[in-house]
Amino acid sequence: MGIGDILNYEFVQRAILAGILIAAISSILGVFLVLRRFSLIGDGLAHTTFGSVAIVILLGVSPAYITLAALPLVMLSSLAILKLTHSQRIHGDAAIGIVSSLGIATGIILVSLSNGYNVDLFSYLFGNILTVTQTELFLSLIVFIIVAATVIIFYDDLFAVTFDEELAQTMGVKTKRINVILFLLTAIAAVLAMKVAGIMLVSAMLILPPLTALQLSISFRKTIVAAACFSILSVICGIILAFLLNLPAGGTIVIFNIGFLLFIFGAKKILPLPR
Amino acid sequence: MSMNVISVDNLTFCYSGLEVISDISFAVKKGDYLGIAGPNGSGKSTLIKNILGILQPQKGHVNIFGQPLTSFHQWNRIGYLPQRISALNNHFPSTVEEIVQLGMKKRTPIALKRTLEMMGIAHLAARLIGELSYGEQQRTMLARALISQPDLLIFDEPTTALDPETREIFYSLTDEMNRTNGTTIVLVTHDTGVIGKYACNLLYLDKKVIFSGTFEDFCASPDMAGFFGPVSQHMICHQHDKSGSNI
Repeated sequence: MGIGDILNYEFVQRAILAGILIAAISSILGVFLVLRRFSLIGDGLAHTTFGSVAIVILLGVSPAYITLAALPLVMLSSLAILKLTHSQRIHGDAAIGIVSSLGIATGIILVSLSNGYNVDLFSYLFGNILTVTQTELFLSLIVFIIVAATVIIFYDDLFAVTFDEELAQTMGVKTKRINVILFLLTAIAAVLAMKVAGIMLVSAMLILPPLTALQLSISFRKTIVAAACFSILSVICGIILAFLLNLPAGGTIVIFNIGFLLFIFGAKKILPLPR
Repeated sequence: MSMNVISVDNLTFCYSGLEVISDISFAVKKGDYLGIAGPNGSGKSTLIKNILGILQPQKGHVNIFGQPLTSFHQWNRIGYLPQRISALNNHFPSTVEEIVQLGMKKRTPIALKRTLEMMGIAHLAARLIGELSYGEQQRTMLARALISQPDLLIFDEPTTALDPETREIFYSLTDEMNRTNGTTIVLVTHDTGVIGKYACNLLYLDKKVIFSGTFEDFCASPDMAGFFGPVSQHMICHQHDKSGSNI
């Protein structure tokens, strides 16, 4: 079966489209998170997503709307991380750890109450982009538009806060508002990335493409564009290879992400790229 | 009577219940060049962060350009150069041009070019900030603070780790801005010689205000001679005397 044949399947087209949108969303937000040393927020929110999905499944929400139904709880969790980081004497990584543990603990208890692992929950743990629904594709498009518009409108503020939060404050940037926007969008990205890579690999979608782009030592604006390109390329290659070799798409996409990172890292050692 | 650019009234700030600065009051008028000095841990940077709204005081008030800090919005009138930028410690993916532009409300290539040239970093515009020397990074940060032609410049230990030549260029430039454009300057430094040479007023802190007035009054004050000891006072007052440069 050739690539042309694969692309004729409607579910593959839907998977690639959703994958491209989610890859762009998570990698763009990832640049800000990685540079602000919030890399592990993806992991934390993914674990919270586990708890949220468990609650939603237990409540009997239709599978087509599980992603949408899990969103509010994950968004609340992201705000909890932000609040803990800023208002209490808790470092960002510890705040992520607290919320993450709560999410996992809730998930485990609820799974146990519902008599063991349920197939739906298992699919969320490891993801399956090929099962993406029309609702999820539409949600991805909406979120992509929101993220793109936010980054364009608040680009200077986001850049200033990423560069130095205190300095940004003295420039009149509403840093609290920017942080809330960034964390809420990250929560949405984490829930969507769960569909692509699974709860176990959500943070890879947020961290790996920005890290690869950062190896190129280019300007801030170009770093964002490069991260999105690496992420989209990984999703397209990952989905096609996964389909051809009957591999799990989430894992294959992440392996491509790691491959790009290693390639650029190696190329920097050999070629006269900026260091 | 010229307007107060900064007015600080009975300001007290505590970390974990411990007073870092206590009952500080002073005013900075338009066109003033105020030097803030004091030993390590005397609360100089804390005071600046309270003035800029980065920290919230437990007691007291700060007014900027006649407005309470809580309702102040004209931040482009203030240029701030902090002691340390966290992002400069690693390879932050940003060019000199991108960072300097952060200080511009409306982006004009002419203003950007002029500021980069004034700071002698036009040739570095496309370089990443992490690739530059400390001196070049400080000049970039200063260019960012200056580009909007602010009415008030606040520098917190701006020349730490700069070589003497770059330090001299920095102070000459800020002195010229103060004298020519009437830019109000607040400078936090350990280097009292610099204050004696450039600033018209001195605020000496040690958690509270020890001295507030002109540098000449400081040097002539018997109270300060009593506080520091006459030898130390003499050394502070005459650091800048020799051939016009500080030690």
